[in-house]
Amino acid sequence: MVTEAKTSVKRHIVTLTVNGDEHVALVKANTTLLDLLREEFDYTGTKKGCELGDCGACTVMLDGEPVNSCLILAVEADGHSVTTIEGLDQNGKLDPVQEAFVNHGAIQCGYCSPGMILSGRALLNRNPHPTEREVREAIAGNLCRCTGYVRIVEAILAAADANS
Amino acid sequence: MIVPQFEYLVPQSLQEACALLGQHGSKAKVLSGGSDLIVKMKNGLAKPDYLVSLKNLDELKGVRYEAGTGVIIGSRTTHNQVIANPILREKYPSVCAAAATMAAYQIRNIGTIGGNLVNAVPSADMPPILIALGAQARIVGTAGERVVRVEDFFLGPGRTVLGQDEILAELVIPDQATTGSNYVKFGLRRAGALAVVGVASSVTMAGDVAKDVRIILGAVAPIPMVAREAENVLRGKKVSDDLIQHAGKVAAVESKPINDIRGSAEYRRNLVDVLTRRSLKAAIEKGHV
Ligand SMILES: Cc1cc2nc3c(=O)[nH]c(=O)nc-3n(C[C@H](O)[C@H](O)[C@H](O)COP(=O)(O)OP(=O)(O)OC[C@H]3O[C@@H](n4cnc5c(N)ncnc54)[C@H](O)[C@@H]3O)c2cc1C
Ligand code: FES
Ligand code: FES
Repeated sequence: MVTEAKTSVKRHIVTLTVNGDEHVALVKANTTLLDLLREEFDYTGTKKGCELGDCGACTVMLDGEPVNSCLILAVEADGHSVTTIEGLDQNGKLDPVQEAFVNHGAIQCGYCSPGMILSGRALLNRNPHPTEREVREAIAGNLCRCTGYVRIVEAILAAADANS
Repeated sequence: MIVPQFEYLVPQSLQEACALLGQHGSKAKVLSGGSDLIVKMKNGLAKPDYLVSLKNLDELKGVRYEAGTGVIIGSRTTHNQVIANPILREKYPSVCAAAATMAAYQIRNIGTIGGNLVNAVPSADMPPILIALGAQARIVGTAGERVVRVEDFFLGPGRTVLGQDEILAELVIPDQATTGSNYVKFGLRRAGALAVVGVASSVTMAGDVAKDVRIILGAVAPIPMVAREAENVLRGKKVSDDLIQHAGKVAAVESKPINDIRGSAEYRRNLVDVLTRRSLKAAIEKGHV
């Protein structure tokens, strides 16, 4: 990684592949991956909730695995690839998990939805036919304050069925 | 919430990392997954001038088995990697099960086993089971390498034996005669909750005689606590339900819990009794679960 002085604070060049597209930014070391995605790259589908790893609103996939982007420094993600909610659709067609959230009324205010959907998608990638218990465990790090979890769990299970 | 400014250092070798830590002393901190440190920095509880990132030190990642030594777990192995590892699943599924009690899926992709130890929180979930299995910490510093039992690794909340220029490199679970081990955690929710009490045990059974027993209590003392008197209740004895009951009571008495937001001392003592019995029964009857 190249670093260079700009004003008094050192900045670092960070290269990220986001949803298949390469992005480059000059960031301070204390910038989180969440802020880089939202503020620099305009992927505002990734939400900012607690900022402490508790709520899961900031969930993105880093090299295919869901993580809390509020706890990861952008400089630590340099060279890696990220999938945000904006990257789930295929040629304009929603991912089956997104589709199921719409059809099952699993979205109210929508603030938890990007994180929930990415956790659900990641679960189905590693386990195409999860049990209800496995779905609940997979979204245990995603808090919803309005829909409640019943419809969300239903939607992920329905997306799993649609897979088969 | 803003992470306070710091200078970011990315060593390419363990030696370079130790040298940087030695050079900057108490102004520097190691950054592994960051799930503890970044939270602390955001909350204003840590303000290092330098972060020494371990991200390029791939030798600290992963799990391997060395005949004659045992299972070696790199300190940067994440909790989800521990849970999924085939060697651990075969030999010590109890270690995978302990990792699975932690946090939630996303955090388990970030947090590392080394960070869980060095953070040295009394409620941390990995130390009790590692101590019960006699694990050792391989520590690397500018002066070379040393090995410390995980049992002797902790000095107090947030304090370990690590010197300023030292890095926890690997954990070794030595080949052993134990026949069973187990970690039971009680948290206020099934996920995303710290241990109110956690109890790990290991047993070496010969028929129905417990040749050896280890009982380690988490979240009831400033550091993970060995319940020596409870161990002595069972060690060398023919195991019976009555004896296990008694061991639970003795562990509760020797534990040193405090009152805090997660539970009162009295409640914790009761939990130590119940969880010690559960952990021992599982280890005796079901092996390394
Ligand atoms: C929402 C949430 C839930 C959590 N739930 C749990 C839980 O249920 N149980 C539990 O036990 N913990 C829990 N934690 C705490 C944390 O996730 C774990 O302790 C994790 O294992 C820390 O690892 P890390 O790599 O992220 O550590 P970091 O934050 O990178 O480091 C922690 C400390 O250890 C030092 N350090 C790290 N690695 C090394 C090394 N190899 N050598 C020397 N020093 C090192 C760092 O300098 C720092 O002081 C939770 C955290 C969050 C945010
Ligand atoms: S914003 Fe990251 S977990 Fe809440
Ligand atoms: S839909 Fe509002 S938080 Fe989940």
